[in-house]
Amino acid sequence: MIIRTARALPLLATGLLLATSAHAGEAEHIRASHAWIRILPGDLPAGAYVVLENTGDQPATLRSANSTRYGSVMLHKSSSEGGVSRMAMVESLVIPAHGEAELAPGGYHLMMGKANPPVKPGDEVKLTLHFDDGSTLDTDFVTRPANATDAGDAHQH
Amino acid sequence: MIPFHLRTTLRHAGRLTLMLALLLGSLLLVACNRGDAIEWRLTNVTGHMPDLDFRLVDDQGKAVTGQDYRGKVVLLYFGYTHCPDVCPLTLAQLHVVMQRLGPLADGARILFVSVDPARDTPAIMHAYVNAFDPRAVGLSGTPRDIEALSKRYRSAFTREPDKGDGQYEVSHSSAIYVFDRDGKARLLATPANPQDDLVHDLHLMLSLGNRT
Repeated sequence: MIIRTARALPLLATGLLLATSAHAGEAEHIRASHAWIRILPGDLPAGAYVVLENTGDQPATLRSANSTRYGSVMLHKSSSEGGVSRMAMVESLVIPAHGEAELAPGGYHLMMGKANPPVKPGDEVKLTLHFDDGSTLDTDFVTRPANATDAGDAHQH
Repeated sequence: MIPFHLRTTLRHAGRLTLMLALLLGSLLLVACNRGDAIEWRLTNVTGHMPDLDFRLVDDQGKAVTGQDYRGKVVLLYFGYTHCPDVCPLTLAQLHVVMQRLGPLADGARILFVSVDPARDTPAIMHAYVNAFDPRAVGLSGTPRDIEALSKRYRSAFTREPDKGDGQYEVSHSSAIYVFDRDGKARLLATPANPQDDLVHDLHLMLSLGNRT
C-alpha cells in the first residue's frame, strides 16, 4: 500500500523504493542450512560453515558476519593449488539468483577468532550475516568437535 | 595320424611351455612377495624419496627421530594449529580413514608436523592432535629442523605477512606422505585423491605383514 502511494509520487518514488528494498533486502530471500562451527582446542581459531540458498530473482552478496561470542569473524577462502594450501581473506561471496553458495571445509568459510567465553562443542552460537544492501540474517550455528566432517544429523534450519 | 617327428616336436614344445610357465610363475611370486606387483591407487613414490628421518620434539615434549616410528606405517602431514580450515579438514578425514581401517589402524601413526613452531608448543600440539585421533602425534621443533624435514620431501612452507593483530597464516604443502614400516617413502596422497583410495592402499600396506 505504501509502495503504491510512493509510486504515485514520481519525485519521492526512487528514494522510497530504495529505502524499502534496503530493509526487505537480499537477506529476506536467503535460506541458511547446515550451519556449523568446527571447535578446536584452547583459543585456536575455528571455521564456520553454512549453505546459503537464494530464493530471490536477484543475486545476493554476503559481505561479512559477526557474533556476540567471537571477537573476530572474517570471510576467508582456502585453496590447494599446485600442491600448496593457502588461505586468503575475501571481500564478498555472491549467492546467485535461484541458486546457492556453500561455505564448506576446504573452500569459503568464516574464520572465527577470540571466543569469549570459550565455545564448547554442543553450544549453539548465533551469527548475524550481513549482505551488500545492509540487510542482515540471524542464523544459529551448531558447534561440532574438531574431528567432525559436517554439521551432523538433523541440523537443517 | 601325426608323424613321429612332429609328435616329438609337440612334446618338446609342451615341455618348454610348462617350463616357461613355471619360471614366469615363480618370478611373479617373487615380485608379489617384494610388493612390486601391488597396484597402488595413490601416487607410488617408492625409490624416489628418502627414508623417514628427522630430529623433532613430540607432543609430550620428548626428543624423537624418524627411527622411533619404525615398525609403524606413517602418514606424514605438514600444517599448523592456527589453521582453521584445511588442516582440521585433513586431520578429520585422516581420522575417518583410521576408523575405516579398524584394528589395522593401530599399526599406523599420523605424524602432524608444525610449520609454525613459534606458536605450536608441544602442549598446544598435544591438545590439538588428540582432538582428532588417538593415533596422531604432533611434532614441532626448531625452525631449522622443521625446514630440514620439509626440504627432505621437497615440501615447502611460507609464513604470510602479519595481518596487523599479530595473527598470520602459513601456506604449506597439502600432500600426505605415506611411509612403510621400514621407513621407506612409498606413496603420496593429495586432496584430489578420494578417501577410498587412501583406505584401499593403507589396508594393503598394513596387511602386508610385519617388517622382516
